[in-house]
Amino acid sequence: MLETFLFFVFAVLSVVGALGMLISRSPVAAALWMVQVMLAIACLYLTLNAAFIGVVQVLVYAGAIMVLFLFVIMLLNLEDMPSVGGIDWRKVVAGVLGVAVLAQLLALVVVRFGAIPDAPSAEEAVAATDVPYLGVALLTEHAFTLQIVGVLLLAATIGAVVLAKKRFV
Amino acid sequence: MYDFLLADTARVLPILVVAAVGIAVILLDAFRNDSPSIPWLAGAGLVAAFVLEGFKLYDPQVAFFGQVYSGGAAAFANMVVLLGALGSVVLSVPYLKRIGHNYGEVHALILFATVGMMTLASAGSLITLFVGLETMSVCLYVLTGLVREEKGANESALKYFLLGAFSTGFFLYGIALLYGATGTMLFSEMVEGLAVTERTGIFVGGVALLLIGFLFKVSAVPFHMWTPDVYQGAPTTLTGFMSTASKAAAFAALVVVLARALPVDLVAGEVQITLSVVAAVTMVVGNVIALAQTNVKRMLAYSSIAHAGYILAGLAAGTGEGYGGALFYLLAYTVMNVGAFGVLAALEWDKEQGAIQDIESLAGSGYRQPILGVTMGVFLFALTGFPPLAGFIGKYLVFAAAVDAGLTWLAVVGVLASVVSAYYYLRILVVMWMKPETDAPEAARQPFALATSTTVVLSLCALLLLILGVMPGGVIEAAQSYFDAGAIVAGR
Repeated sequence: MLETFLFFVFAVLSVVGALGMLISRSPVAAALWMVQVMLAIACLYLTLNAAFIGVVQVLVYAGAIMVLFLFVIMLLNLEDMPSVGGIDWRKVVAGVLGVAVLAQLLALVVVRFGAIPDAPSAEEAVAATDVPYLGVALLTEHAFTLQIVGVLLLAATIGAVVLAKKRFV
Repeated sequence: MYDFLLADTARVLPILVVAAVGIAVILLDAFRNDSPSIPWLAGAGLVAAFVLEGFKLYDPQVAFFGQVYSGGAAAFANMVVLLGALGSVVLSVPYLKRIGHNYGEVHALILFATVGMMTLASAGSLITLFVGLETMSVCLYVLTGLVREEKGANESALKYFLLGAFSTGFFLYGIALLYGATGTMLFSEMVEGLAVTERTGIFVGGVALLLIGFLFKVSAVPFHMWTPDVYQGAPTTLTGFMSTASKAAAFAALVVVLARALPVDLVAGEVQITLSVVAAVTMVVGNVIALAQTNVKRMLAYSSIAHAGYILAGLAAGTGEGYGGALFYLLAYTVMNVGAFGVLAALEWDKEQGAIQDIESLAGSGYRQPILGVTMGVFLFALTGFPPLAGFIGKYLVFAAAVDAGLTWLAVVGVLASVVSAYYYLRILVVMWMKPETDAPEAARQPFALATSTTVVLSLCALLLLILGVMPGGVIEAAQSYFDAGAIVAGR
């Protein structure tokens, strides 16, 4: 009962945060709304007994990445977004289509499939997100993928330098 | 617990070799900026990986608890990717020197992109698939925007990045739904997982989203909008790289998903309908719009959309012949398109990566540069699908598979679409050989010396197309052996 209650509290918080991010006209406010989304999602993970993932979510997304976002926004010295003009019908059509696709997906999950799948039991969830377990899985099952993620990060770093460095030689 | 690591590392050795050489290139570049030995090092690494993969062509195995397939079909696809990368590295050196962007980093990024592509083509689970796809894409975004002084290049890189990120979202949602439906990330356990949970609805939704992600990467209609702009703005030889190797890798991964991860009745049912409709629309739209193009690079971009349609026809068949035919087609397509973009790169003069060069500027270039003229002829005839070149065999294989699977209408559409394509492919040849040189603008008529490496690569590509067209037997047999009914079960 308490779990369901908490789920709805955090779900509403994250959806409100996402909407706020889309609507707010100042980039800084949008970034702060985004922090709320990240925190609410982290709390959702906690209610699912995935403590490690919840904490990492706060550290990495709400902490590091959003702070970087804010730094970049402030360095760019952006003006507020321009005010909304007339109704752009292409955007309206796009919005309707987007909602239609979302409705289809939700229908798949709820109507056709009956109900939302059972959450794993608390013990299972704790075992699956336990830090030693994750560490072993990363270095055995996913050892190769981990290396390729390293290549991905290296390539992204080099790419950023190639594209952004002043007078690249 | 860690005993398996040594044996499994040996199975993915070619990928690790390419990654290590990429890091070596970056280190070399750090100490000797843009050293001329960098392309040699990159090329040597690619050749080494190619040879290593060659040993595993008939030795399919799994590594890392099924996360990665090694050998067999994965080796075949990886060899195609490596061939495309090798051709592009060699052709890029004189081209990038000419446009003043011959950085060591370019070669490192090509190598890292190749690592991503090979991972993608060898993926045995949704995680590996995604990591491979992203590694490839990130490198390609950067390579597209390499000439960052140019507005056109920046526009195409940004477009590619934003749309690519958007399609990645679809791909990830698909992965999440598939995992929710089956409880596993491994392709080999998906069918069993689905049988236990019976969450068919979610599974189908996941497959649909995953297909959108794939169809975007192979630029099938209606997810093709980015292709012409991106291909036009990117450096020409690198356009050749991304239009061939990345497509080969994405198609190879799609084949593996269709053959190994999805239940048979779904592949023969909804998926077949979807893929055949997409294939038909892609072939028609790609070829018809290509007719109206005056910029050769843009024309080849639409032609590459059309070729994705032909390959999808083979996948729609859903049989071992179809999958094998698609793999063979990818090989032929890689060789001919790397060559065609190589020729265009050599004939480029507008200092905007060929973005404003129209077809008339090629007038009479066949006589000025006979090697370019003749090899371009071979590539264009192969792209059209004339015998005895490899393009013909590829088309024959995918369409024959479609007919065998009861999709005769699809094969008819495909053949009619290729007839249309003959017009715009051969128009390039007409301009190159039959129009007087005076039709071309002054800047296009400056004489230039062709680099020896370019001559060698283009001649080898043409020769390979001829050999594959005349004696394709062994290659076809290998490609089709990977996905016949017995091999799929054994490969698990």
